[in-house]
Amino acid sequence: MSVARFWRKQIHRYNLVGTHCKTCDTYYYPPRNVCPKCRRDGEIESHKFSGPGEIVTYTVIHTAAEGFEHQAPYVLGIVQLDEGPRFTSQIVCNPEDAHIGMRVKPVFRKLGESGDKGMIYYGTKYVPA
Amino acid sequence: MRDVAIIGVKNSKFGEMWDRSFRDIVVEAGVGAIEDSGVSGDRLDGMYVGNMSGGQFVEQEHIGALIADYSGLSLDLHVPSTRVEAACASGGLAFRQAVMAVASGHEDIVMAAGVEKMTDVSSTAASAALAAAADREWEGIMGATFPGLYAMVARMHMHEYGTTSEQMAEVAVKNHKNGSKNPIAQYKSPITVDSVLNSIMVADPLHIFDCSPITDGASAVVLAPAEIAHEYTDTPIYIKATAQASDTIALHDRRDITTLDASVAAGKRAFEMAKMTTKDIDLVEVHDCFTIAEICAIEDLGFAKKGEGGKMTEEGETAIGGKVAVNTSGGLKACGHPVGATGIKQVVEVTQQLRGEAGGRQVDGAEVGMTHNVGGSGATAVVHILARER
Ligand SMILES: [Zn+2]
Repeated sequence: MSVARFWRKQIHRYNLVGTHCKTCDTYYYPPRNVCPKCRRDGEIESHKFSGPGEIVTYTVIHTAAEGFEHQAPYVLGIVQLDEGPRFTSQIVCNPEDAHIGMRVKPVFRKLGESGDKGMIYYGTKYVPA
Repeated sequence: MRDVAIIGVKNSKFGEMWDRSFRDIVVEAGVGAIEDSGVSGDRLDGMYVGNMSGGQFVEQEHIGALIADYSGLSLDLHVPSTRVEAACASGGLAFRQAVMAVASGHEDIVMAAGVEKMTDVSSTAASAALAAAADREWEGIMGATFPGLYAMVARMHMHEYGTTSEQMAEVAVKNHKNGSKNPIAQYKSPITVDSVLNSIMVADPLHIFDCSPITDGASAVVLAPAEIAHEYTDTPIYIKATAQASDTIALHDRRDITTLDASVAAGKRAFEMAKMTTKDIDLVEVHDCFTIAEICAIEDLGFAKKGEGGKMTEEGETAIGGKVAVNTSGGLKACGHPVGATGIKQVVEVTQQLRGEAGGRQVDGAEVGMTHNVGGSGATAVVHILARER
């Protein structure tokens, strides 16, 4: 991913900053510009999430995505934050320990790097709580 | 709106074709469909071409014009040709655009084609191109792959409904058996449940034999208004319904991770339009990019109760001769999945079945068939119902 495309979302990725719709009281992470429920009637504000959540579902990836080869096998999961929203994250744990319903908490980690430019991307991964 | 009929169909060979180019395979399918229809090429009013990622797979964009040119339809004729993109649903959506062009009365004789040439790049590069059909900024960045996303669907389906790896393997076994009777299929050898379960793990719980392969291929169909279809063919196949629906681009934002709501919505709209129910359908070509996807598809379209798709497969009810024949062509699993072509290939298969031309995989007395084409992990679904009777 290009540097600009990543940096634009840096505050959200580093600090778990998403959005909250004041109209329907729903939380969004990743952040949204328009509330999918209220659409243009929604009133969106920035929201920093508390952090903990649980695993909704997961997989252990053996054939890695490009740029993730050295990490395989790695656990990829859908995490549900305690405020409600779900998003995709790597779970840093022993693959055999991962399970649906597992409580997890965020950690600041390296996500990857941009090919020959060597730019390193950081963001949030999850570990067992 | 006018009724629309299919008057010609053709698939290229599907597989790894190192010796053939993007334009070779699409011209083979396009010219074949025109020959099958008996229309002369200069009568074509328009072309719609499904292609997911020519830019990444063969470094070629402007696919619509390229194909019109190499089909001999640009010089003097200047036939309008439009590329349609909806990830792996590009073909199904190109067909839908063509149907709407004829139905509206704006165009008469129209070609819908689909094509992808995926083996000109490394499998790593092909996987990266495919991953672009998911949410690059919030799924891809975490190391998500397409098998990984469907593996998370499979894991949850197993957790909620007790679906087993064996039941998923049965999907692959059935589709390879059907594909062994399809001359264009990439894989023509039958496989067993054990060979699926013993194949290498790609993204737990999906083995490599749970996944559709990387494939080159092209498919094409020719459409005409129903009023004049009999001028060209004795066996026109009529389009009873065309439906499309959207859902969230990312899997994590779905209402229910084991249900593709876009498939549910498109299926419901199609049945309403055709005034039919699942009982009217003799065969269905569903989007089995992974074995779990076929199980979800037959549930989402209403052929199986929620959670019982695995059981229905295990009991043989989706085999040829069962309650509803699913993926008689061999599906994406055995035919191969040239992403932009798949949706058109599904239409070709159902047409051949309804004409009674499907050889060793023929469904006896098939009257009505359905196609179901999905883009990404379910952000687009396109469903069609085709019938022998107008
Ligand atoms: Zn709202």
